[in-house]
Amino acid sequence: MAAAVAAEFDVHKLRADFPALKQSVHGQPLAYLDNAASAQKPEAVLAAVDECYRRYYSNIHRGVHALSVRCTERYEQARDKARDWINAGRREEIVFLRGATEAINLVANSYGSRLGPGDEVLITGMEHHSNIVPWQMLCERSGARLRHIPLTDVGELDAGAVGGLLCGKTKVLAVTHVANSLGTINDIRALGAEAHRHGAVVVVDGAQAVPHMAVDVQRLGCDFYAFSGHKMFGPSGVGVLYGRYDLLAEMPPWQGGGDMIAEVSMERSVYSAPPARFEAGTPNIAGVIGLGAAIDYMRSQDMEALCRHEEELLHYATRQLQELPGVRLIGTAANKCALVSFVVDGVHAHDVGTVLDADGIAVRAGHHCSMPVMQRFMVAATVRASFALYNTRQEIDRMVRSVRKAAEMFK
Amino acid sequence: MNDQLRELYQEVVIDHNRSPRNFGELPPPARELNGHNPLCGDKIKLSLRMNGDCIDDIKFSGEGCAISVASASLMTEAVKGLSAEEAKHMTSGLLEMMVGDDREATASGKLAALKGVRDFPGRVKCATLAWHTLEALLDNGTGVVSTE
Repeated sequence: MAAAVAAEFDVHKLRADFPALKQSVHGQPLAYLDNAASAQKPEAVLAAVDECYRRYYSNIHRGVHALSVRCTERYEQARDKARDWINAGRREEIVFLRGATEAINLVANSYGSRLGPGDEVLITGMEHHSNIVPWQMLCERSGARLRHIPLTDVGELDAGAVGGLLCGKTKVLAVTHVANSLGTINDIRALGAEAHRHGAVVVVDGAQAVPHMAVDVQRLGCDFYAFSGHKMFGPSGVGVLYGRYDLLAEMPPWQGGGDMIAEVSMERSVYSAPPARFEAGTPNIAGVIGLGAAIDYMRSQDMEALCRHEEELLHYATRQLQELPGVRLIGTAANKCALVSFVVDGVHAHDVGTVLDADGIAVRAGHHCSMPVMQRFMVAATVRASFALYNTRQEIDRMVRSVRKAAEMFK
Repeated sequence: MNDQLRELYQEVVIDHNRSPRNFGELPPPARELNGHNPLCGDKIKLSLRMNGDCIDDIKFSGEGCAISVASASLMTEAVKGLSAEEAKHMTSGLLEMMVGDDREATASGKLAALKGVRDFPGRVKCATLAWHTLEALLDNGTGVVSTE
């Protein structure tokens, strides 16, 4: 789909697209810096969801009536948009689910059903709980062994350890594209190629990557790629699993129900081909259509300019925070996405978060669903400011002033 | 909001966070119980020595935010020397003040400082963790007390 490309990245013009940004919190203009948790929605997404419910909402894939036909069309158009957005080879490789978490659980349950004692699953020390727990559950069930690639002090994967961990027993490498608690961007292409040499499939958690960069699953060379709609300005409760078609075609269904079968008798069922096989029940129809609108919105951006803008925000925030006495950044990888995770000497992250909130600044304070990362860096919790395309240097200035205030308060 | 922020982080709270009272663990055979707030990671360990029905000594350890540390510190000061019944009575009064329906509920002395948390629904559990843990410990609870 041809998309208009903005000549220049105009953040103030772009902010006007997001109604939620135009509000005061505790009497201060909202500075929304919690985008890694969930991002705000542009008018285009709200309008698409609204239009779906107002004008043509119906169940999909089963009606002969006009609304169902129209709704099915829109739903399936979103699949084409998602295919195009991550450059999947074919539309049948796009499975719509509740989010990245469900996508990873699907792979762990369905692909994972072939694992047994003697097999190994390799994850990394920087995963979100959603890319740890499903594999722990699989290993408990199957008798396979779970191993992980350790982190260096700057929060990168310890490349030297990978060779000793990947072996013929490794059946799955599950790795995040961008670490939610550290910002580290992993070299999926190189790591994946190494895993493939040992015969493992590569499962990538892309939840933190898709809002910030153009992802090409074929170029990355991964076998599965999971992402959520809500972090990339789409509705919550919807996400995508990309899976290589030949793998999906061999995988058993995970959940049974309507829409995933070709034929059912009282004795047995014949399952549909992918992606329908993995979309049991009535899906989040309006959510999928809203996600399609979010993809259109992303495609209307000049991705290079967007990346430059976010990189500037990252460097600006990093510099400002490093100048504050008593502030320590957690995660300083060379290749990093636009988020800063930090601790303030003598002040707990939650207290920093509360002081920032009083100034209208929304950040996340806690373990970011990455307790092993917190343990690795020996902190109980961090403050995380995560940026999106609509954030500004002025918001970072406000945050830094507020962090300084918190440090003063607890001195 | 900055008024409420000052209300939350009163001098007494800042002071008890900076220098927590009764911090540490009592030697065996003290009774012990762990409390945990899984949402934010605050952890507390209470250890308690009774003399008959009287709280002879109490200490706490663990890690958490200023609110949870100050609340635990203030609590240990306040309940030392009380009977189990009196301590439980104090606990229910404090919980009412922090999260109850009665906005007028208050507490005597320094404990009143914990009332500021009422205006911060996201932080209430930080303040109540120590008190819930004490309540369970006095009822001979075992395992881990969770705010969830």
